[in-house]
Amino acid sequence: MKFWERLGAIDRKIIYTVIGLAVIIPLVTKLTFPIRVSDTVRNAYNSIERLPAGSIVMISIDYDAASGPELQPMLIAVLRHCFKKNIKVILTGHWALGLPLGEIALNQVAAEYHKKYGQDYINIGYRPGYTALIVGIGREIRDFFSTDYKRVPIDSFAFMRRVHNYNEINLLVGLEAGATGDAWVLYAGARYGLKMFFGATGVSAPDLYPYLQAKQIEGILAGLQGAAEYETLINEKGTGTLGMPTQSVVHGLIIIFIILGNISYFVLRRKKE
Amino acid sequence: MILHILGTWIAAGLTIAIFSFLYKDNPFYKFAEHLYVGVSAGFGVIYVWAFDLKPMLVDRFISEHGVERWILLVPAILGILMLTRWTEKYAYISRLPIAFTVGIGAGLGITGSVQGFLLPQMQATLLPLTTINNVILVIGVVTTILYFYFSHEFKGASNIILRVAIVFIMVSFGASFGYTVMARISLLIGRMFFLLSDWLHII
Repeated sequence: MKFWERLGAIDRKIIYTVIGLAVIIPLVTKLTFPIRVSDTVRNAYNSIERLPAGSIVMISIDYDAASGPELQPMLIAVLRHCFKKNIKVILTGHWALGLPLGEIALNQVAAEYHKKYGQDYINIGYRPGYTALIVGIGREIRDFFSTDYKRVPIDSFAFMRRVHNYNEINLLVGLEAGATGDAWVLYAGARYGLKMFFGATGVSAPDLYPYLQAKQIEGILAGLQGAAEYETLINEKGTGTLGMPTQSVVHGLIIIFIILGNISYFVLRRKKE
Repeated sequence: MILHILGTWIAAGLTIAIFSFLYKDNPFYKFAEHLYVGVSAGFGVIYVWAFDLKPMLVDRFISEHGVERWILLVPAILGILMLTRWTEKYAYISRLPIAFTVGIGAGLGITGSVQGFLLPQMQATLLPLTTINNVILVIGVVTTILYFYFSHEFKGASNIILRVAIVFIMVSFGASFGYTVMARISLLIGRMFFLLSDWLHII
């Protein structure tokens, strides 16, 4: 009985230490587990795969550094997929603090694929008031983004001259850490028929599944698992793939903690009775 | 290069300072926390100026002509009126721009919700009961809606509906909790990866 009593009163610092080790050891030992690709991620992947070269994909950075570990690998994987297929990218975002993360990824992946700014991709930056903005771009993008993030007129870039509204954008990829994804679906999707898929943090993903079930979006990349699956599909290992074995080990550990905690609770309750 | 190394060391130091809260609250944690709030606020102010006020208001006011120019005074004045909230005497004036914002939000929200959420979701729920998935989905939606129907007390046999609804709601909470655990662990993995890779070069 003493064992269960001790277990019930275990110091949380011990649990933190065990979780810390469960994260560090698989990373250092470079543990690998096979990654099974789900249909939701495969559908998202196919929505880009189907696009012909020269198509335009808009990527919206709707997260900041706090969600970077989950969403940044997705951004890098999606950018790699787009540039591999010679798809042009328009980067924007509704989270001011997230735009630098978008720029970092854009510069990194563009250099890998020898893509040129203004010719293959553009960063139009951030404007506040996302609902009105999303509706407004459906009319004319220049009403809000007449220049890129460096204040260069967007009409000075050849591929942007033909972009006026969602009619010229083939797909939206929203990387979501909050409620901006809802606005994309409600206004750009329902009103203007823009096709889209989302990469979402684990916390936000469950809220987006009803849109998937209603076929309002093409697919969802949920959390680090979604990033790892997308990396598997494009055959480019990134931090998503590297992090998943650790994720699995920690999940297993948490399940053990939950079971032990419950056994301890019931044993102690019976003892009191 | 030196800036990159310096940046990595600062980031590593701040990460450890934040992690130190797991032991107990301490001055290092407080310093990192306050620094984050301050830097975020400063960054936000710069972004609003550089990506909103300057290009959308100041620059346009200089470059536009006629009505297009003078109409910009309307949002500018509404924005300035919002600042009256800082004064006790004139705070009531800020209700004007707030009313304007609420009006726009409500107008967009109602049309967007009906067109983009309510109708497509209803359509997606009206399914033929030919597969187990469809049956589960329809039962889940109907019982959960009834669970939140407070104008009728469910007693006796009808109470089963509420019990079924609770099962669906609990499964939904469980799924959300599972995803939340995954999200939080992902953040820890991200920071550990940074410390072990970028800072210590162990992996």
